[in-house]
Amino acid sequence: MQEILSTIDTGTIEWSRAQFALTAIYHWLFVPLTLGLAVIMGIMETCYYRTKDVFWRDVAKFWQRLFGINFAMGVATGIILEFEFGTNWSNYSWFVGDIFGAPLAIEGIVAFFMESTFVAVMFFGWKKVSAGFHLAATWLTGLGATISAWWILVANAWMQNPVGCEFNPDTMRNEMVSFADVALSPFAIDKFCHTVISAWIIGAVFTVAVSGWYLMKRREVPLAKVSLKIGAIVGIVASIGAALTGHHSAYSVAQVQPMKLAAMEALYNGGTDQSLTGIALINPFEQPDYANQEEPDLKIAAPYALSFLATNDLHGYVPGINDIIKGGYINAKGEVELSLDEKIERGKQAITALASYRQAKKDGADETSLASQLAIIKENMPYFGYGYIKSADQIVPFVPVNFYAFRVMVGMGCLLILFFAVILFFVYRKDITRAPKWLYLSAIVMVPLSYIASESGWLVAEFGRQPWTIQDMLPTWVSVSNLQSSSVMITFFIFLALFTTLLVVELSILFKQIKKGPEYEQV
Amino acid sequence: MQHRSFIYKVYDLYRDGFRHMRLGKTLWLIVLVKLFVIFVVLKLFFFPNFIGQHAKEGEEDAFVATQLLERE
Repeated sequence: MQEILSTIDTGTIEWSRAQFALTAIYHWLFVPLTLGLAVIMGIMETCYYRTKDVFWRDVAKFWQRLFGINFAMGVATGIILEFEFGTNWSNYSWFVGDIFGAPLAIEGIVAFFMESTFVAVMFFGWKKVSAGFHLAATWLTGLGATISAWWILVANAWMQNPVGCEFNPDTMRNEMVSFADVALSPFAIDKFCHTVISAWIIGAVFTVAVSGWYLMKRREVPLAKVSLKIGAIVGIVASIGAALTGHHSAYSVAQVQPMKLAAMEALYNGGTDQSLTGIALINPFEQPDYANQEEPDLKIAAPYALSFLATNDLHGYVPGINDIIKGGYINAKGEVELSLDEKIERGKQAITALASYRQAKKDGADETSLASQLAIIKENMPYFGYGYIKSADQIVPFVPVNFYAFRVMVGMGCLLILFFAVILFFVYRKDITRAPKWLYLSAIVMVPLSYIASESGWLVAEFGRQPWTIQDMLPTWVSVSNLQSSSVMITFFIFLALFTTLLVVELSILFKQIKKGPEYEQV
Repeated sequence: MQHRSFIYKVYDLYRDGFRHMRLGKTLWLIVLVKLFVIFVVLKLFFFPNFIGQHAKEGEEDAFVATQLLERE
């Protein structure tokens, strides 16, 4: 029995991770367009409210129709992730229940009541409610979606930086001791701002792309002209916002997940005055030999920029992968960082004390002997997960994915700023309706590229967190349920088929509606 | 029901809205099929509550403790 329980089929771990990644990536195809188009349609309808020009009403209705298609396709795709928590990740799910459960429950309630109520008024209420109330409903639909995103991101932020909780060895659960610490952690705020703003970019790119297509076909010119202008303004503001919030997010990562930052940068050996790598030669298919290599080959870097990004000080100390394993440096909290061996020792103490506590309680031990075990658990709980680590390579995320995904995301972010600037140049200084065809085509190409950038950001966030499901407290192979890997594999392919079908259906309906164009009501 | 009451207005909003849907009907059909697949097919047959299935009621903590403490 012990043998069955002590080791887990690596196939189960990898298929469970792959399944969660697949469903999360698909879910994130629909969500950012919802959040982004919510801003676009809100602006359009605000223009209608202010001008009373029915042209703006019909423009707003067109974008709301496309919003509705994406909203319908995306709704409930996130529920599947929650199913996976309960089945594939049951140990994790129990361990975090009280912390995770609250934000997810609030998200579901807000999504169900707020979004569904106001989306009905938005679609059905044009002739039933006042213009002001309808406008409010449109903005509140978007706000509801954004508030839902807040709670999901709070839950994810807690995985990256577990705060506001205490472990209860009787219930085997982490219990929330400070709702404010969880809901308003600096990490959660940074993650929320950066994620939502990046979603606005997706909405903006989509708007510009559809408008560009219309102009290329010499169709719907008035709608395309105003939509392209508004989309580009939202896009450039959001792109710059994403850069600023991204800088802050990287700073947060440096504080609480230094190994993730080291993997993002392929920083094997750190120090002060660290440069930010633009590009380097890293084999995309295998983990680099960070233990023996000084730095990646053919590295082109900006001097001091990584130190500034990580510490807000051009000369700040940034630990590399080997430094984090060795320990001994002064960390972001101003303390001497423990070595991996020291963390493993403390993790083992926590696990042993937990086992002793539970056995002693079962045997009816007195409070005094229980108290000593409790004290050891409490002191060492932050390193609980290290008790399962056998070798240093287990705590190093897969560097190539982190390295290249980060560069794809940042590179695209810079390209997007340039792209929107060029669009706005044509809008304000030239005639956007007579722009060269390459500009309209580039707008269309920007849609998949922006999605790749957006998904790359999530790859950095989640691959960089490995091997932890909860940073430092629970690794993946302990979090996962003891399932047959074949059952996880089967559901992986079911999801692949289901989500691909949904995506194909959405795209076909979207393209059909875009080709159909707006409906202009008789005044 | 008074035609000006709030409840009637809400009812009227939804009734008229659903009645005049065109694209919406297609989207609703897709949503309902999707919800059926997710909550009936997937949840019932492929995503049981693992701990609920393997632990006795009231002893879930002991089950998880065994999993965590015995796992390597």
